[in-house]
Amino acid sequence: MSLLEIKNLHVTVGGNEILKGIDLTVNAGEVHSIMGPNGSGKSTLAQVLARRDAYHVTEGSILFEGKDLLEMKPEEAACEGLFLAFQYPVEIPGIGNTYFLRSALNAQRKYRGEEEMDAMDFLPMFKEKLKLLEMDDKLMNRSLNEGFSGGEKKRNEILQMAVLEPKLAILDETDSGLDIDALRIVAEGVNSLRSPGRAMVVVTHYQRLLNYIVPDFVHVLVDGRIVRSGGKELALELEERGYSWTEHEPVGARA
Amino acid sequence: MRETAVATVADTNTGLESWLENFTEFTKTAVGQKLPWLKRLREDAFERFCEVGFPTTRDEDWRFTNVSAIARTSFRAAGAAELTAEEVAPYGAAGAAADLVFVNGRFARELSRVDGLPKGVTVASLRERIESHPAEVETHLGRYADTQRDPFVALNTAFIGDGAYVHMARGVVVDAPIYLLYLSTKEDTATMTHPRNLIVAEDESQVAVIEDYASVGGECIAFSNAVTELIAGESTVAQHYLIEREHLKAFNVSTLRIQQGRSANVASHSLLLGGGLVRNNVHPVLAGDGGECLINGLFLGTGRQHLDNYMHVEHAAPHCGSRQFYNGILDGHSHGVFHGRIVVHKIAQKTDAKQTNRNLLLSDDAQIDTKPQLEIYADDVKCTHGATIGQIEENALFYLQSRGISEVEARKLLLMAFAEECVERMQSNVARAHAQRLIGEHLLFTEGIAPQSGNLGRIVERVVEEVG
Ligand SMILES: Nc1ncnc2c1ncn2[C@@H]1O[C@H](COP(=O)(O)OP(=O)(O)O)[C@@H](O)[C@H]1O
Ligand SMILES: [Mg+2]
Repeated sequence: MSLLEIKNLHVTVGGNEILKGIDLTVNAGEVHSIMGPNGSGKSTLAQVLARRDAYHVTEGSILFEGKDLLEMKPEEAACEGLFLAFQYPVEIPGIGNTYFLRSALNAQRKYRGEEEMDAMDFLPMFKEKLKLLEMDDKLMNRSLNEGFSGGEKKRNEILQMAVLEPKLAILDETDSGLDIDALRIVAEGVNSLRSPGRAMVVVTHYQRLLNYIVPDFVHVLVDGRIVRSGGKELALELEERGYSWTEHEPVGARA
Repeated sequence: MRETAVATVADTNTGLESWLENFTEFTKTAVGQKLPWLKRLREDAFERFCEVGFPTTRDEDWRFTNVSAIARTSFRAAGAAELTAEEVAPYGAAGAAADLVFVNGRFARELSRVDGLPKGVTVASLRERIESHPAEVETHLGRYADTQRDPFVALNTAFIGDGAYVHMARGVVVDAPIYLLYLSTKEDTATMTHPRNLIVAEDESQVAVIEDYASVGGECIAFSNAVTELIAGESTVAQHYLIEREHLKAFNVSTLRIQQGRSANVASHSLLLGGGLVRNNVHPVLAGDGGECLINGLFLGTGRQHLDNYMHVEHAAPHCGSRQFYNGILDGHSHGVFHGRIVVHKIAQKTDAKQTNRNLLLSDDAQIDTKPQLEIYADDVKCTHGATIGQIEENALFYLQSRGISEVEARKLLLMAFAEECVERMQSNVARAHAQRLIGEHLLFTEGIAPQSGNLGRIVERVVEEVG
């Protein structure tokens, strides 16, 4: 059974059809990259997977470990092991980072029938992950993402991912706006989580990130459709030639 | 002659008859009625009340709040009631410097703890202080609370009987707050109390006082009409906390009148959780140069609660600053009001006055009226005001849920965070912890985030402990 199986997915937002029949299968252990021009529907796909209800699925199906993802609320999808690193992480004044993350972890553990973690157990593990992402603990005493720089917000997303250890991580342009050092740190964080049991879908606008996170498959999303799929070399080709050719030349075989 | 005037008005206004009866009855046994100044203070106030009666919504100051339910009701003075220490224990705030308990408006000595205070601090029941030190009380009582302008203040003044008396000698500092608990018990008839508090902080002293209004036993029609005069001398640091958490049939009108001297730093914090019809008047007068006043509040309405906050900030001296921050969360059919009046007198140059009112509406039927009212007679001043009305932010909610936190918990977290903005401004740890506990318990019962699992209580406790 595949970890994620998307079939003929059509999605409308505010009355406009944004996704026009997406098929995508992701198996455990794989890293997929979705590339595409601005406005092609990459974030829409990511948000639908995370179960945002403003995005209306009109046709098609999504199975997550064989379960109907479309029946799940966002928190259920999360507890089942799906994680979205947001393109635009939200600032939430008044909710502390550390407290929030421990609450989230415990909500997930409870869902899975595991013991909740108290602060004593949580903190050492958390400190490790902070180190991995070279993040200042002081940030963690602040409110969620409040006053964080763009790069700090993106790193915080990966930190959350590292703590929550999802089965499927969707990274929505986690690389955008990062300088090269931050990019390297984020990529290392992501790579440290690669494992045979875990899959990733890396949404990006640029090939750059893929130098660090080497994908098994690359898909090109244009105007709500996957117009081409291939191996990692497809990313390089896109970098050289841009996106427009993909719409006109015949679609290569699915790798 | 005074009595004749009263009788005349009473004849033409049937509602006032019962007030006249109450007043006559009250003055037969009232404390200090033999003191000419006190007798006169009461009589003048009662006469004023009879002249004007209760306000109506035609009155600009009462536009959003209809008090006809109070005006229609015949109240009787609440009778004496005995409560045991066990019955009272759950209400307290841990860590106060002194605890004064008032049951149905009367000081309950056996439930109170006023010993062990530093030298120079006097904490007593007002009734006792009037008896033992009338001249000291006379110096301040009724000097500031305006019976002319507000009929409720007039009514309270007419019925001055008991309350708290706090006096801080020059330079004396008490860190922990003095905690005043006003309990009303369940009665068969509609009852009223008129708590009257006098807090005098002499120059360079520091004091914090918590007034906490709560009900014991089942719902009944009860009217608390409190007035507190807080006189903050030069370079004092004073904090006042009002907590209203009576049951939903209670009427609660309270007036805090602050008189600030030069360089005094005063804070008023209000937390409105309970009460059916609540009016919270905060009236600081910055009367000395360089005074600072923080006016901070949070009101959480549900069901059919009506919670009205009437701020009247008077800048009467130069170089003073006032900051108002009120947050409202309104659910069900509740109605919130924030009226922020700022008066800058001609002399008050270099005034810096700020006002912010933020509101969250959790249901379509909830309502908020927010109204700034700036009257500026000086030319070199900075006054800013802003109000927002919104819902729980969908983006934030989704973000929390996307990490595995249930919708109910996520809403609760966001509400706690919104409330926390106000709680964080409370300087006293004791008051803050008390407020957090009460807010946590309260949110548990708010309709729009109705508990769906038995774990919610625990979650709230955690939130209370750790948010922020
Ligand atoms: N919440 C929304 N409401 C209306 N239109 C939206 C919304 N989100 C996305 N869209 C539209 O859907 C299209 C795809 O957007 P998006 O998925 O963000 O693209 P990408 O992430 O590939 O840049 C765009 O035309 C965008 O304007
Ligand atoms: Mg996008």
